[in-house]
Amino acid sequence: MSSYTDPCAHCEEMMQPYLDHVLTEAERVEAESHLDECEYCRRRYRFEESLRVYVRKATDEQMRPELRQKLSALRIPLD
Amino acid sequence: MGEADTAEPDGARRVASEARDRVRFEEEALALADQVYRVARRFVSTREEAEDLVQDTYARAFRSWQSYTPGTNLRAWLLRILTNLNVDRGRRIQRRPDETPLEENDYYLANKIVQSGGEQVLDQDRVVERLSQDDIVSALAEVPHDFRDAIVLVDIGDFSYADAAQILDIPVGTVMSRLHRGRRILKGALAETALEEAGT
Repeated sequence: MSSYTDPCAHCEEMMQPYLDHVLTEAERVEAESHLDECEYCRRRYRFEESLRVYVRKATDEQMRPELRQKLSALRIPLD
Repeated sequence: MGEADTAEPDGARRVASEARDRVRFEEEALALADQVYRVARRFVSTREEAEDLVQDTYARAFRSWQSYTPGTNLRAWLLRILTNLNVDRGRRIQRRPDETPLEENDYYLANKIVQSGGEQVLDQDRVVERLSQDDIVSALAEVPHDFRDAIVLVDIGDFSYADAAQILDIPVGTVMSRLHRGRRILKGALAETALEEAGT
């Protein structure tokens, strides 16, 4: 039973678990039903989703080929 | 040729089978190197530190490959080694457990950005216009270790809460709370940057 009187506050509480796909089915339906009718929350969910994608892209640094070679060289030779 | 000439002795067969398993293990581990590096890079401050850490991780993994249980999550197993090595190296000295991070709400960053430009700034991919790649990297680096590790594993490394808990050797509930607070701290730092860049 929710103790929230403000549906947007409750929706905000569900945002992270929603984006992590860990809400129960009932909670997910509840969140989506609020998002369908509330532009304020909908914009914030979308923003948060794109922020996560951007954080992932911005922090993605490729490994240098030299390191890959060094790792391969660590393999234990066959007798 | 008689049977006695072709049959491998049991010992030789066992050695050959073990060698095959080891080669397969090494190949599977190396195929995950990019993903292991991506996480390592955000656990530490510099590329050099990350490279050392990944090398030490693979050296240890190749030596102790027999303690890996085939069929389980190899990426999580490698990251567990990496996390332990990172702790052993004393890279946790920056930890400041007494420092209570800011507790902002989850819409904090969005609301701050809206304050400076109206609701429509949240539409489409406007976040990229406000925050550079360097802003994101710096803000993440500012998040205290314990919280950052959870963010790096779940949001960047794509690990489940359960895998992150296993890697960090903490309960799942602790992963969830660190993730929750860590994301808020990150957004607080990004909000400051976004507002500075917007000149407000």
